[in-house]
Amino acid sequence: MGRYVARRLLQMIPVFIGTTLLIFLMVYALPGDPVRGLFGDKAGSPQVIAALRHEYGLDQPILVQYWNYMKDMILHGDFGTQIASGRPVTDVLGDAFPVTMRLASLAFAIEVVLGIALGVLAGLRAGRLTDNVILLITLLFISVPVFVLGFIAKLVFAEQLKWLDPNVSDSTNYGQLLMPAIVLATASLAYVTRLTRTSIAENRRADYIRTAIAKGLPKSRVVGVHLMRNSMIPVITYLGTDIGALMGGAVVTEGLFNIQGVGGTIYESLVRREGTTLVGLVTILVLIYLAANLIVDLLYAVLDPRIRYA
Amino acid sequence: MPDVTKTDVKTGRVDPVGGAPEVTATVTKPEKTRSLWGDAWADLRRSWIFIVSSVMIFFLLLITFFPGWFTSAQPILGDLSKHYLQKPKLGDVGSADWLGYDQQGRSVYARVIYGTRASVAVGFGTTILVTVVGSLVGMIAGYFGGLVDSILSRLTDVFFGIPFLLGTMVVLNSFPERTTWVVIGALGFFGWTQISRVMRGAVITTKQADYVQAAKALGASTPRIMFRHILPNTMAPVIVVATISLGVYIAAEATLSFLGLGLSGVSWGNDISDGGASIRVAQWIMLYPSIMLSITVLAFIMLGEAVRNALDPKMR
Repeated sequence: MGRYVARRLLQMIPVFIGTTLLIFLMVYALPGDPVRGLFGDKAGSPQVIAALRHEYGLDQPILVQYWNYMKDMILHGDFGTQIASGRPVTDVLGDAFPVTMRLASLAFAIEVVLGIALGVLAGLRAGRLTDNVILLITLLFISVPVFVLGFIAKLVFAEQLKWLDPNVSDSTNYGQLLMPAIVLATASLAYVTRLTRTSIAENRRADYIRTAIAKGLPKSRVVGVHLMRNSMIPVITYLGTDIGALMGGAVVTEGLFNIQGVGGTIYESLVRREGTTLVGLVTILVLIYLAANLIVDLLYAVLDPRIRYA
Repeated sequence: MPDVTKTDVKTGRVDPVGGAPEVTATVTKPEKTRSLWGDAWADLRRSWIFIVSSVMIFFLLLITFFPGWFTSAQPILGDLSKHYLQKPKLGDVGSADWLGYDQQGRSVYARVIYGTRASVAVGFGTTILVTVVGSLVGMIAGYFGGLVDSILSRLTDVFFGIPFLLGTMVVLNSFPERTTWVVIGALGFFGWTQISRVMRGAVITTKQADYVQAAKALGASTPRIMFRHILPNTMAPVIVVATISLGVYIAAEATLSFLGLGLSGVSWGNDISDGGASIRVAQWIMLYPSIMLSITVLAFIMLGEAVRNALDPKMR
């Protein structure tokens, strides 16, 4: 187990370097200049621009810039300075990340609880009416894009029924975050339901389930422990990769509901060509993604005793 | 093409969505043994999801190639006397008015019709690009193994690690004019990893098969083994993933358009985004392109489901 974790952590290093380098190259290879952007439509004196570019290290070759950036990030936890505001990127991230984390974890909780519950229900009634109704609803959820769903939710629940506020004014208020979180969660929820359902329906007739029933175990234990535990592997795999997607998908949801999180910051730094902020944000997302994947792989052994790591 | 056996006429009950294992259609033994593809085709023809989604996709393709057959109005012609507060005349089906007008007095109906092309082109283009690139990378990684596999797998991880929507946003932001090709390229750049992973897995299991060993023993060249022997037997999972992701790419393009980073020109995503601004007074500007978009995505996802039910050996 320990050796497996060590090997996995070592494998993460090239992926981490590759991902950050790719995003760095993409951002810096693009046309546009954040320093020039500071001056708006005025030209700005060439000396000032050159001095600023030098100050931010933008006049160096791109690989040197990458090296310096990574060195500062890893050794000092310094993500550079946001050019437009002059604030350290770590401050900007510190403001935005907790907001998105709250939104994404609420969405994740909804997705896990509701998705697995519906999936188990459908899987146990495979082929019957309940199953078909649930599958039809999930198909609809997958087909309607998040932003359409967001508009509809706002129109119906905020404008017409007036149950909820259309925009989030206080991002620590979970009541206000509920609607955006549901909207963010729907598509993933549908996938979780479908995966759970297929897995449950397949495993329902496995030998170990027959054994458990033959031993006279109560139905709740057969389903809750024997069936669930073994059926969760594909679901957990999906959930692991979905954490990154939820954080990325927050760009749309946050824009729709006026939430000041990572999504808005990403969009703003993209438009302003703020490479440092963008790379910082994506780096953290990649770290979250890699950590989630490792946890998922370790959970396999917990869930299915037949899986062992050497 | 398989023979039409007597059993094909009999409609076996096929599970509409997801495919429940126990309701396999009862098929009496065919006279001739059919290949995997023959079996799949026979299954598909009896599946109502396949028929419904095929009809839907056929209509979408008709609209894509012959938008003029469906409307005489122009999507980019604004007539400010047709103000957007003028409610749609839903009874008047097919006229330029029946779905109302947008903020610039352009016919919503004409824009819905002409917007189809953008979505369908991006969906098909990206899927083809992703399937070709992903299959090649996955095949090379799976077949050669060892160091090649390690390098390619880490490369796949790198592209997979960047959130899809974020990555495409960064790429598309650098293009002032976002043509169909640019959007296809950006979506494909980050999209090939899934197919590559599926392909790699399928190749690793297939390359152990006896017929591959036999071909090797007979001295077949590596490209011949890869493309003649392994490829046809690993395409099934790839096709399933590709069909389902076609719908996903159409939705992704619309999402990018919504963020102002999608196609330049007439597209559902742009219209939905514009319509969102007037949602309180004129819901139809947003509603109809949204409905068309959802129907399109639904059609391709249903097709993918039907193909999976027919191809997945576990469901037999």
